[in-house]
Amino acid sequence: MAYSDKVIDHYTNPRNVGTLDKSKNNVGTGLVGAPECGDVMRLQIEVDSNNVITDAKFKTFGCGSAIASSSLATEWLKGKSIDDAITIDNMDIVEELALPPVKIHCSVLAEDAIKAAINDYRVKNGLAPIESEKSHH
Amino acid sequence: MKIPVYLDNNATTPMDPRVLEAMLPYFTEKFGNAASRNHAFGWAAEEGVDYAREQVAQLIGANEKEIIFTSGATEADNLGIKGVFEMYQDKGNHIITTVTEHKAVLDTCKHLEKQGAKVTYLPVKEDGLIDLKELEAAMTPQTILVCIMYGNNEIGVIQPVKDIAAIAHKHGALFMTDATQTVGKIPVNVDADGIDLMAFTGHKMYGPKGVGALYVRRKNPRVKVTAQMDGGGHERGMRSGTLNVAGIVGFGKAAEICRLEMDAEAKRLAALRDKLQSSLLELEESYVNGNIEHRLPHVANISFKYVEGEGLMMAMKDLAVSSGSACTSASLEPSYVLKSLGLSDDLAHSSIRYGLGRFTTEEEVDYAIQVTKKAVNHLRDLSPLWEMFKEGIDLDKVEWVEH
Repeated sequence: MAYSDKVIDHYTNPRNVGTLDKSKNNVGTGLVGAPECGDVMRLQIEVDSNNVITDAKFKTFGCGSAIASSSLATEWLKGKSIDDAITIDNMDIVEELALPPVKIHCSVLAEDAIKAAINDYRVKNGLAPIESEKSHH
Repeated sequence: MKIPVYLDNNATTPMDPRVLEAMLPYFTEKFGNAASRNHAFGWAAEEGVDYAREQVAQLIGANEKEIIFTSGATEADNLGIKGVFEMYQDKGNHIITTVTEHKAVLDTCKHLEKQGAKVTYLPVKEDGLIDLKELEAAMTPQTILVCIMYGNNEIGVIQPVKDIAAIAHKHGALFMTDATQTVGKIPVNVDADGIDLMAFTGHKMYGPKGVGALYVRRKNPRVKVTAQMDGGGHERGMRSGTLNVAGIVGFGKAAEICRLEMDAEAKRLAALRDKLQSSLLELEESYVNGNIEHRLPHVANISFKYVEGEGLMMAMKDLAVSSGSACTSASLEPSYVLKSLGLSDDLAHSSIRYGLGRFTTEEEVDYAIQVTKKAVNHLRDLSPLWEMFKEGIDLDKVEWVEH
Protein backbone atom coordinates (compact mmCIF):
# COMPACT_ATOMS: atom_id res chain seq x y z
CA MET A 1 0.00 0.00 0.00
CA ALA A 2 1.40 3.38 -0.95
CA TYR A 3 1.19 6.27 1.47
CA SER A 4 0.09 9.71 0.32
CA ASP A 5 2.72 12.45 0.08
CA LYS A 6 1.13 14.25 3.03
CA VAL A 7 1.37 11.17 5.24
CA ILE A 8 5.01 10.73 4.25
CA ASP A 9 5.70 14.40 4.92
CA HIS A 10 4.19 14.32 8.43
CA TYR A 11 5.80 10.99 9.16
CA THR A 12 9.25 12.08 8.01
CA ASN A 13 9.07 15.55 9.56
CA PRO A 14 6.58 15.22 12.37
CA ARG A 15 5.41 18.58 13.75
CA ASN A 16 5.24 19.31 17.45
CA VAL A 17 6.72 16.15 18.88
CA GLY A 18 7.20 16.43 22.58
CA THR A 19 5.84 16.61 26.06
CA LEU A 20 4.08 19.35 28.02
CA ASP A 21 3.96 19.39 31.80
CA LYS A 22 0.81 17.43 32.48
CA SER A 23 0.67 18.58 36.09
CA LYS A 24 0.03 22.18 35.00
CA ASN A 25 -3.56 23.36 35.24
CA ASN A 26 -3.62 24.89 31.78
CA VAL A 27 -2.37 21.67 30.11
CA GLY A 28 -4.79 19.02 28.93
CA THR A 29 -3.54 15.53 28.15
CA GLY A 30 -5.27 12.83 26.11
CA LEU A 31 -3.82 9.31 26.04
CA VAL A 32 -5.80 6.94 23.82
CA GLY A 33 -5.34 3.56 22.19
CA ALA A 34 -3.59 0.52 23.60
CA PRO A 35 -0.24 -1.17 22.98
CA GLU A 36 -2.02 -4.45 22.14
CA CYS A 37 -3.84 -2.72 19.31
CA GLY A 38 -0.62 -1.35 17.91
CA ASP A 39 -1.61 2.30 18.39
CA VAL A 40 -1.16 4.65 21.33
CA MET A 41 -1.48 8.42 20.95
CA ARG A 42 -0.71 11.04 23.51
CA LEU A 43 -1.84 14.51 22.60
CA GLN A 44 -1.36 17.55 24.84
CA ILE A 45 -2.63 21.11 24.62
CA GLU A 46 -1.67 24.25 26.48
CA VAL A 47 -4.55 26.71 26.81
CA ASP A 48 -4.47 30.43 27.67
CA SER A 49 -6.95 32.39 29.77
CA ASN A 50 -9.15 33.04 26.68
CA ASN A 51 -9.54 29.28 26.15
CA VAL A 52 -7.29 29.44 23.08
CA ILE A 53 -4.81 26.64 22.45
CA THR A 54 -1.35 28.19 22.40
CA ASP A 55 0.70 25.01 22.11
CA ALA A 56 0.14 21.36 21.21
CA LYS A 57 2.46 18.38 21.41
CA PHE A 58 2.17 14.71 20.61
CA LYS A 59 3.89 11.39 20.87
CA THR A 60 2.52 8.35 19.04
CA PHE A 61 3.28 4.65 18.97
CA GLY A 62 1.82 3.32 15.74
CA CYS A 63 1.99 3.08 12.01
CA GLY A 64 2.86 5.95 9.69
CA SER A 65 -0.75 7.03 9.32
CA ALA A 66 -1.22 7.19 13.07
CA ILE A 67 1.88 9.33 13.45
CA ALA A 68 0.81 11.58 10.57
CA SER A 69 -2.75 11.93 11.96
CA SER A 70 -1.50 13.09 15.34
CA SER A 71 1.11 15.39 13.82
CA LEU A 72 -1.58 17.01 11.67
CA ALA A 73 -3.89 17.30 14.68
CA THR A 74 -1.32 19.32 16.62
CA GLU A 75 -0.94 21.68 13.67
CA TRP A 76 -4.67 22.23 13.49
CA LEU A 77 -5.09 22.68 17.22
CA LYS A 78 -2.67 25.55 17.67
CA GLY A 79 -4.48 28.89 17.68
CA LYS A 80 -7.93 27.35 17.89
CA SER A 81 -10.28 27.92 20.81
CA ILE A 82 -11.13 24.74 22.67
CA ASP A 83 -14.72 25.11 21.48
CA ASP A 84 -13.59 25.13 17.86
CA ALA A 85 -11.06 22.39 18.45
CA ILE A 86 -13.66 19.98 19.76
CA THR A 87 -15.46 20.11 16.42
CA ILE A 88 -12.50 18.62 14.50
CA ASP A 89 -13.86 15.52 12.83
CA ASN A 90 -11.88 12.43 11.99
CA MET A 91 -13.11 12.62 8.39
CA ASP A 92 -11.34 16.00 8.04
CA ILE A 93 -8.11 14.19 8.84
CA VAL A 94 -8.94 11.34 6.44
CA GLU A 95 -9.51 13.87 3.69
CA GLU A 96 -6.42 15.97 4.37
CA LEU A 97 -4.09 12.96 4.54
CA ALA A 98 -5.92 10.88 1.89
CA LEU A 99 -6.04 7.92 4.25
CA PRO A 100 -7.24 4.63 2.74
CA PRO A 101 -10.18 2.82 4.41
CA VAL A 102 -7.92 0.47 6.42
CA LYS A 103 -6.31 3.51 8.05
CA ILE A 104 -9.46 5.36 9.05
CA HIS A 105 -9.07 4.06 12.60
CA CYS A 106 -5.89 6.19 12.85
CA SER A 107 -7.94 9.34 12.27
CA VAL A 108 -10.57 8.16 14.74
CA LEU A 109 -7.86 7.74 17.32
CA ALA A 110 -6.59 11.27 16.64
CA GLU A 111 -10.10 12.69 17.09
CA ASP A 112 -10.45 10.73 20.31
CA ALA A 113 -7.09 12.10 21.49
CA ILE A 114 -8.15 15.70 20.76
CA LYS A 115 -11.40 15.23 22.69
CA ALA A 116 -9.62 13.50 25.57
CA ALA A 117 -7.07 16.33 25.84
CA ILE A 118 -9.76 19.02 25.77
CA ASN A 119 -11.85 17.21 28.35
CA ASP A 120 -8.85 16.71 30.59
CA TYR A 121 -8.29 20.47 30.44
CA ARG A 122 -11.99 21.20 31.04
CA VAL A 123 -12.24 18.93 34.06
CA LYS A 124 -9.06 20.38 35.54
CA ASN A 125 -10.59 23.83 35.23
CA GLY A 126 -13.97 23.04 36.66
CA LEU A 127 -15.81 22.67 33.36
CA ALA A 128 -18.02 19.72 32.50
CA PRO A 129 -16.51 17.26 30.01
CA ILE A 130 -18.13 17.28 26.57
CA GLU A 131 -19.75 14.01 25.63
CA SER A 132 -19.01 12.86 22.14
CA GLU A 133 -22.23 12.72 20.13
CA LYS A 134 -20.93 9.94 17.93
CA SER A 135 -19.51 6.66 19.01
CA HIS A 136 -16.75 4.85 17.21
CA HIS A 137 -16.78 1.83 19.42
CA MET B 1 25.05 -1.42 -3.46
CA LYS B 2 21.63 -1.09 -5.05
CA ILE B 3 18.83 0.66 -3.18
CA PRO B 4 16.34 -0.55 -2.03
CA VAL B 5 17.93 -3.51 -0.25
CA TYR B 6 15.98 -6.77 -0.28
CA LEU B 7 15.96 -8.70 3.01
CA ASP B 8 12.62 -10.43 2.60
CA ASN B 9 13.84 -13.72 1.17
CA ASN B 10 11.28 -15.71 3.16
CA ALA B 11 8.57 -14.09 1.08
CA THR B 12 10.28 -14.94 -2.17
CA THR B 13 13.77 -15.11 -3.60
CA PRO B 14 15.10 -13.52 -6.76
CA MET B 15 15.68 -16.05 -9.50
CA ASP B 16 19.27 -17.12 -10.02
CA PRO B 17 20.42 -16.02 -13.50
CA ARG B 18 21.64 -19.59 -14.12
CA VAL B 19 18.07 -20.77 -13.59
CA LEU B 20 16.70 -18.29 -16.08
CA GLU B 21 19.28 -19.41 -18.62
CA ALA B 22 18.23 -23.04 -18.23
CA MET B 23 14.57 -22.11 -18.67
CA LEU B 24 14.73 -19.87 -21.73
CA PRO B 25 14.87 -22.53 -24.48
CA TYR B 26 11.70 -24.11 -23.05
CA PHE B 27 9.64 -21.02 -23.83
CA THR B 28 10.58 -20.93 -27.51
CA GLU B 29 12.27 -23.75 -29.40
CA LYS B 30 11.51 -26.51 -26.86
CA PHE B 31 7.93 -25.41 -26.33
CA GLY B 32 6.34 -28.86 -26.70
CA ASN B 33 3.80 -30.49 -24.41
CA ALA B 34 5.61 -33.03 -22.25
CA ALA B 35 2.62 -35.34 -22.69
CA SER B 36 2.93 -35.41 -26.50
CA ARG B 37 4.45 -38.83 -26.93
CA ASN B 38 4.52 -38.98 -30.70
CA HIS B 39 6.86 -36.27 -31.88
CA ALA B 40 10.18 -34.63 -31.20
CA PHE B 41 8.66 -31.50 -29.68
CA GLY B 42 7.00 -33.53 -26.97
CA TRP B 43 10.12 -35.63 -26.41
CA ALA B 44 12.29 -32.55 -25.92
CA ALA B 45 9.89 -31.17 -23.32
CA GLU B 46 9.60 -34.54 -21.60
CA GLU B 47 13.36 -34.84 -21.46
CA GLY B 48 13.59 -31.46 -19.77
CA VAL B 49 10.96 -32.46 -17.22
CA ASP B 50 12.58 -35.83 -16.54
CA TYR B 51 15.94 -34.24 -15.93
CA ALA B 52 14.42 -31.63 -13.62
CA ARG B 53 12.57 -34.35 -11.72
CA GLU B 54 15.92 -36.05 -11.07
CA GLN B 55 17.51 -32.77 -9.97
CA VAL B 56 14.68 -32.06 -7.53
CA ALA B 57 14.65 -35.64 -6.23
CA GLN B 58 18.39 -35.59 -5.68
CA LEU B 59 18.22 -32.47 -3.52
CA ILE B 60 15.97 -34.24 -1.01
CA GLY B 61 17.33 -37.79 -1.32
CA ALA B 62 14.23 -39.09 -3.08
CA ASN B 63 13.51 -41.20 -6.15
CA GLU B 64 12.37 -39.14 -9.13
CA LYS B 65 9.13 -41.12 -9.30
CA GLU B 66 8.24 -39.69 -5.90
CA ILE B 67 8.09 -36.07 -7.13
CA ILE B 68 4.66 -34.73 -8.10
CA PHE B 69 4.96 -31.32 -9.69
CA THR B 70 2.36 -28.75 -8.65
CA SER B 71 1.81 -25.02 -9.05
CA GLY B 72 3.54 -24.34 -5.74
CA ALA B 73 3.69 -25.25 -2.08
CA THR B 74 0.12 -24.18 -1.34
CA GLU B 75 -1.20 -26.64 -3.90
CA ALA B 76 1.19 -29.31 -2.62
CA ASP B 77 -0.07 -28.76 0.94
CA ASN B 78 -3.66 -29.05 -0.26
CA LEU B 79 -2.96 -32.15 -2.32
CA GLY B 80 -1.04 -33.87 0.45
CA ILE B 81 -3.47 -33.21 3.28
CA LYS B 82 -6.76 -33.54 1.40
CA GLY B 83 -5.38 -36.42 -0.66
CA VAL B 84 -4.33 -38.40 2.42
CA PHE B 85 -7.59 -37.65 4.22
CA GLU B 86 -9.65 -38.97 1.31
CA MET B 87 -7.40 -41.93 0.55
CA TYR B 88 -7.11 -43.17 4.14
CA GLN B 89 -10.56 -42.41 5.49
CA ASP B 90 -11.26 -46.09 6.11
CA LYS B 91 -8.40 -46.06 8.58
CA GLY B 92 -9.31 -42.93 10.47
CA ASN B 93 -10.14 -39.24 10.33
CA HIS B 94 -7.70 -37.65 12.76
CA ILE B 95 -5.01 -35.18 11.68
CA ILE B 96 -2.45 -33.57 13.94
CA THR B 97 -0.82 -30.27 13.05
CA THR B 98 0.46 -27.18 14.88
CA VAL B 99 -0.82 -23.66 15.46
CA THR B 100 2.21 -22.11 13.76
CA GLU B 101 1.71 -23.73 10.36
CA HIS B 102 1.33 -21.69 7.21
CA LYS B 103 -2.26 -20.82 6.28
CA ALA B 104 -2.03 -23.30 3.39
CA VAL B 105 -1.96 -26.06 5.99
CA LEU B 106 -4.21 -24.49 8.64
CA ASP B 107 -6.98 -23.51 6.24
CA THR B 108 -6.82 -26.88 4.49
CA CYS B 109 -7.27 -28.57 7.86
CA LYS B 110 -10.16 -26.25 8.71
CA HIS B 111 -11.75 -27.14 5.39
CA LEU B 112 -11.46 -30.84 6.18
CA GLU B 113 -13.02 -30.33 9.61
CA LYS B 114 -16.21 -29.43 7.75
CA GLN B 115 -15.92 -32.77 5.93
CA GLY B 116 -15.68 -34.79 9.10
CA ALA B 117 -11.98 -34.61 9.95
CA LYS B 118 -10.90 -34.27 13.55
CA VAL B 119 -7.90 -31.97 13.75
CA THR B 120 -5.59 -31.40 16.71
CA TYR B 121 -3.68 -28.12 16.58
CA LEU B 122 -0.67 -28.59 18.83
CA PRO B 123 0.54 -25.49 20.67
CA VAL B 124 4.21 -24.54 20.61
CA LYS B 125 6.55 -23.68 23.44
CA GLU B 126 7.78 -20.11 23.78
CA ASP B 127 10.75 -20.91 21.56
CA GLY B 128 8.39 -22.01 18.77
CA LEU B 129 9.13 -25.73 18.99
CA ILE B 130 6.46 -28.33 19.72
CA ASP B 131 6.55 -30.50 22.82
CA LEU B 132 7.07 -34.08 21.62
CA LYS B 133 5.24 -35.39 24.67
CA GLU B 134 2.16 -33.47 23.64
CA LEU B 135 2.40 -34.96 20.17
CA GLU B 136 2.70 -38.46 21.62
CA ALA B 137 -0.30 -37.81 23.85
CA ALA B 138 -2.37 -36.54 20.94
CA MET B 139 -1.87 -39.68 18.84
CA THR B 140 -4.93 -41.96 18.60
CA PRO B 141 -5.72 -45.12 16.63
CA GLN B 142 -7.69 -42.86 14.26
CA THR B 143 -4.70 -40.61 13.53
CA ILE B 144 -3.87 -40.92 9.85
CA LEU B 145 -1.63 -37.91 9.37
CA VAL B 146 0.81 -35.80 11.33
CA CYS B 147 1.49 -32.62 9.37
CA ILE B 148 4.13 -30.40 10.95
CA MET B 149 6.27 -27.83 9.19
CA TYR B 150 10.02 -28.19 8.90
CA GLY B 151 11.30 -24.59 9.23
CA ASN B 152 8.91 -21.81 10.16
CA ASN B 153 8.39 -18.98 7.69
CA GLU B 154 8.15 -16.18 10.27
CA ILE B 155 10.73 -17.09 12.89
CA GLY B 156 12.77 -19.78 11.14
CA VAL B 157 12.66 -22.36 13.93
CA ILE B 158 13.28 -25.93 12.82
CA GLN B 159 11.01 -28.58 14.33
CA PRO B 160 12.55 -31.93 15.38
CA VAL B 161 11.20 -33.69 12.29
CA LYS B 162 13.02 -37.00 12.84
CA ASP B 163 11.52 -37.38 16.30
CA ILE B 164 8.11 -36.29 15.02
CA ALA B 165 8.28 -38.83 12.20
CA ALA B 166 9.24 -41.59 14.64
CA ILE B 167 6.25 -40.84 16.85
CA ALA B 168 3.86 -40.69 13.89
CA HIS B 169 5.14 -43.99 12.51
CA LYS B 170 5.04 -45.73 15.88
CA HIS B 171 1.31 -45.07 15.90
CA GLY B 172 0.78 -46.03 12.27
CA ALA B 173 0.26 -42.52 10.95
CA LEU B 174 1.90 -40.85 7.99
CA PHE B 175 4.21 -37.87 8.46
CA MET B 176 3.91 -34.90 6.16
CA THR B 177 5.96 -31.72 6.38
CA ASP B 178 5.68 -28.31 4.77
CA ALA B 179 9.35 -27.67 3.96
CA THR B 180 8.81 -24.60 1.81
CA GLN B 181 11.34 -22.49 3.72
CA THR B 182 13.74 -25.35 4.37
CA VAL B 183 14.46 -27.27 1.17
CA GLY B 184 17.52 -25.79 -0.49
CA LYS B 185 18.55 -23.94 2.68
CA ILE B 186 19.67 -26.82 4.91
CA PRO B 187 20.10 -30.53 4.12
CA VAL B 188 16.76 -32.32 3.91
CA ASN B 189 16.71 -36.08 3.32
CA VAL B 190 13.34 -37.76 3.14
CA ASP B 191 14.72 -41.15 4.21
CA ALA B 192 16.92 -39.95 7.05
CA ASP B 193 14.16 -37.60 8.26
CA GLY B 194 11.37 -40.19 7.95
CA ILE B 195 9.22 -38.01 5.71
CA ASP B 196 6.26 -39.57 3.87
CA LEU B 197 4.97 -36.45 2.16
CA MET B 198 6.62 -33.05 1.73
CA ALA B 199 5.54 -29.78 0.16
CA PHE B 200 8.06 -27.31 -1.23
CA THR B 201 8.37 -24.71 -3.97
CA GLY B 202 10.70 -23.22 -6.54
CA HIS B 203 10.49 -19.52 -5.76
CA LYS B 204 11.85 -19.81 -2.22
CA MET B 205 15.04 -21.39 -3.55
CA TYR B 206 16.00 -19.01 -6.37
CA GLY B 207 13.76 -20.71 -8.89
CA PRO B 208 10.65 -19.42 -10.66
CA LYS B 209 7.23 -18.78 -9.11
CA GLY B 210 4.32 -20.97 -10.10
CA VAL B 211 6.03 -24.32 -9.67
CA GLY B 212 6.39 -26.53 -6.63
CA ALA B 213 6.26 -30.17 -5.69
CA LEU B 214 4.74 -32.69 -3.39
CA TYR B 215 7.06 -35.52 -2.46
CA VAL B 216 5.03 -38.72 -2.06
CA ARG B 217 6.85 -41.78 -0.67
CA ARG B 218 6.66 -44.89 -2.85
CA LYS B 219 8.31 -47.45 -0.58
CA ASN B 220 8.05 -48.31 3.12
CA PRO B 221 5.26 -47.41 3.07
CA ARG B 222 3.81 -46.81 -0.37
CA VAL B 223 1.78 -43.64 0.07
CA LYS B 224 -1.09 -42.63 -2.16
CA VAL B 225 -3.09 -39.45 -2.35
CA THR B 226 -6.41 -38.85 -4.04
CA ALA B 227 -6.08 -36.40 -6.90
CA GLN B 228 -7.54 -32.96 -6.22
CA MET B 229 -7.39 -31.91 -9.86
CA ASP B 230 -9.10 -34.16 -12.39
CA GLY B 231 -8.12 -34.37 -16.01
CA GLY B 232 -5.52 -36.02 -18.19
CA GLY B 233 -3.97 -38.10 -15.44
CA HIS B 234 -0.57 -36.41 -15.39
CA GLU B 235 1.90 -36.94 -12.57
CA ARG B 236 0.96 -40.60 -12.04
CA GLY B 237 -2.67 -39.64 -11.83
CA MET B 238 -2.18 -37.49 -8.76
CA ARG B 239 -2.12 -34.08 -10.44
CA SER B 240 -3.66 -33.52 -13.83
CA GLY B 241 -2.82 -30.51 -15.93
CA THR B 242 -0.31 -29.80 -18.69
CA LEU B 243 3.11 -29.56 -17.12
CA ASN B 244 4.68 -26.14 -16.68
CA VAL B 245 7.75 -27.33 -18.55
CA ALA B 246 9.85 -24.15 -18.39
CA GLY B 247 8.99 -23.68 -14.72
CA ILE B 248 9.82 -27.27 -13.90
CA VAL B 249 13.15 -27.04 -15.73
CA GLY B 250 13.94 -23.90 -13.71
CA PHE B 251 12.89 -25.57 -10.47
CA GLY B 252 15.23 -28.45 -11.33
CA LYS B 253 18.15 -26.17 -12.04
CA ALA B 254 17.48 -24.23 -8.84
CA ALA B 255 17.48 -27.51 -6.90
CA GLU B 256 20.79 -28.54 -8.42
CA ILE B 257 22.45 -25.22 -7.56
CA CYS B 258 21.13 -25.45 -3.99
CA ARG B 259 22.45 -28.99 -3.63
CA LEU B 260 25.92 -27.97 -4.78
CA GLU B 261 26.18 -24.63 -3.00
CA MET B 262 24.03 -25.07 0.10
CA ASP B 263 26.78 -25.81 2.60
CA ALA B 264 28.90 -22.78 1.76
CA GLU B 265 25.84 -20.55 1.39
CA ALA B 266 24.34 -21.57 4.73
CA LYS B 267 27.63 -20.84 6.50
CA ARG B 268 27.99 -17.45 4.86
CA LEU B 269 24.39 -16.46 5.59
CA ALA B 270 24.52 -17.66 9.19
CA ALA B 271 27.58 -15.47 9.78
CA LEU B 272 25.86 -12.44 8.21
CA ARG B 273 22.63 -13.15 10.09
CA ASP B 274 24.52 -13.42 13.37
CA LYS B 275 26.23 -10.11 12.69
CA LEU B 276 22.89 -8.47 11.94
CA GLN B 277 21.29 -9.97 15.01
CA SER B 278 24.03 -9.15 17.49
CA SER B 279 24.28 -5.59 16.20
CA LEU B 280 20.53 -5.04 16.48
CA LEU B 281 20.43 -6.52 19.95
CA GLU B 282 22.70 -3.67 21.01
CA LEU B 283 19.52 -1.60 20.91
CA GLU B 284 17.87 -1.52 24.31
CA GLU B 285 14.73 -3.62 24.75
CA SER B 286 15.16 -5.69 21.61
CA TYR B 287 14.50 -9.41 21.58
CA VAL B 288 14.93 -12.35 19.21
CA ASN B 289 11.75 -14.34 18.60
CA GLY B 290 12.00 -18.12 18.46
CA ASN B 291 14.64 -20.69 19.24
CA ILE B 292 18.06 -19.46 18.10
CA GLU B 293 19.78 -22.85 18.16
CA HIS B 294 17.33 -24.76 15.97
CA ARG B 295 16.83 -22.12 13.33
CA LEU B 296 17.24 -21.64 9.61
CA PRO B 297 20.58 -19.94 8.91
CA HIS B 298 19.21 -16.96 7.00
CA VAL B 299 16.38 -15.76 9.25
CA ALA B 300 16.19 -13.44 12.25
CA ASN B 301 12.93 -12.21 13.73
CA ILE B 302 13.46 -9.38 16.19
CA SER B 303 11.05 -7.30 18.28
CA PHE B 304 11.93 -3.72 19.11
CA LYS B 305 9.80 -2.89 22.09
CA TYR B 306 7.79 0.37 22.16
CA VAL B 307 8.03 0.76 18.39
CA GLU B 308 5.26 -0.36 16.03
CA GLY B 309 6.39 -2.64 13.21
CA GLU B 310 4.58 -1.04 10.33
CA GLY B 311 5.68 2.42 11.35
CA LEU B 312 9.19 1.06 11.60
CA MET B 313 9.06 -0.39 8.11
CA MET B 314 7.94 2.97 6.80
CA ALA B 315 11.00 4.57 8.36
CA MET B 316 13.11 1.95 6.60
CA LYS B 317 11.56 2.48 3.20
CA ASP B 318 14.73 1.47 1.37
CA LEU B 319 14.96 -1.79 3.26
CA ALA B 320 12.49 -4.51 2.23
CA VAL B 321 11.62 -6.56 5.30
CA SER B 322 8.44 -7.93 6.82
CA SER B 323 6.60 -7.27 10.08
CA GLY B 324 4.42 -9.34 12.37
CA SER B 325 2.35 -6.25 12.87
CA ALA B 326 -0.92 -6.21 11.00
CA CYS B 327 -1.98 -2.62 11.27
CA THR B 328 -3.46 -2.82 7.79
CA SER B 329 -5.58 -5.90 8.31
CA ALA B 330 -9.20 -5.39 9.20
CA SER B 331 -8.82 -7.35 12.41
CA LEU B 332 -5.73 -5.41 13.57
CA GLU B 333 -4.49 -8.75 14.89
CA PRO B 334 -0.73 -9.20 14.92
CA SER B 335 0.98 -12.38 13.72
CA TYR B 336 -0.64 -15.56 15.02
CA VAL B 337 2.75 -17.26 14.92
CA LEU B 338 4.32 -14.74 17.27
CA LYS B 339 1.25 -14.76 19.52
CA SER B 340 1.43 -18.53 19.77
CA LEU B 341 4.93 -18.18 21.25
CA GLY B 342 3.20 -16.40 24.11
CA LEU B 343 4.41 -13.00 22.94
CA SER B 344 2.21 -10.17 24.12
CA ASP B 345 0.39 -8.32 21.37
CA ASP B 346 2.55 -5.23 21.74
CA LEU B 347 5.76 -7.22 21.22
CA ALA B 348 4.20 -8.99 18.24
CA HIS B 349 3.31 -5.59 16.79
CA SER B 350 6.94 -4.56 17.25
CA SER B 351 8.55 -7.37 15.28
CA ILE B 352 10.58 -7.31 12.09
CA ARG B 353 11.56 -10.38 10.08
CA TYR B 354 14.88 -10.21 8.30
CA GLY B 355 15.34 -12.86 5.60
CA LEU B 356 18.78 -13.02 4.02
CA GLY B 357 19.49 -14.76 0.75
CA ARG B 358 22.02 -15.91 -1.81
CA PHE B 359 22.54 -12.42 -3.18
CA THR B 360 22.71 -10.60 0.17
CA THR B 361 26.06 -8.88 0.68
CA GLU B 362 27.80 -7.83 3.86
CA GLU B 363 27.45 -4.23 2.72
CA GLU B 364 23.68 -4.69 2.59
CA VAL B 365 23.64 -6.19 6.07
CA ASP B 366 25.65 -3.23 7.37
CA TYR B 367 23.15 -0.93 5.69
CA ALA B 368 20.26 -2.81 7.32
CA ILE B 369 21.87 -2.47 10.74
CA GLN B 370 22.43 1.24 10.33
CA VAL B 371 18.96 1.94 8.93
CA THR B 372 17.19 -0.14 11.57
CA LYS B 373 19.04 1.46 14.46
CA LYS B 374 18.33 4.94 13.16
CA ALA B 375 14.65 4.15 12.58
CA VAL B 376 14.14 2.51 15.99
CA ASN B 377 15.73 5.46 17.75
CA HIS B 378 13.70 7.95 15.71
CA LEU B 379 10.42 6.18 16.46
CA ARG B 380 11.25 5.77 20.11
CA ASP B 381 11.71 9.54 20.29
CA LEU B 382 8.13 9.75 19.01
CA SER B 383 6.80 6.94 21.20
CA PRO B 384 4.80 7.78 24.33
CA LEU B 385 5.37 4.18 25.47
CA TRP B 386 9.13 4.59 25.31
CA GLU B 387 8.88 7.79 27.36
CA MET B 388 6.69 6.05 29.95
CA PHE B 389 9.07 3.09 30.05
CA LYS B 390 11.99 5.45 30.61
CA GLU B 391 10.05 7.13 33.44
CA GLY B 392 9.67 3.73 35.06
CA ILE B 393 5.92 3.43 34.50
CA ASP B 394 4.68 -0.16 34.37
CA LEU B 395 2.73 -0.22 31.10
CA ASP B 396 0.84 -3.33 32.17
CA LYS B 397 -0.76 -1.30 34.95
CA VAL B 398 -1.92 1.56 32.74
CA GLU B 399 -5.63 1.56 31.98
CA TRP B 400 -5.68 1.85 28.20
CA VAL B 401 -8.60 3.32 26.32
CA GLU B 402 -8.97 0.74 23.57
CA HIS B 403 -10.58 1.84 20.38
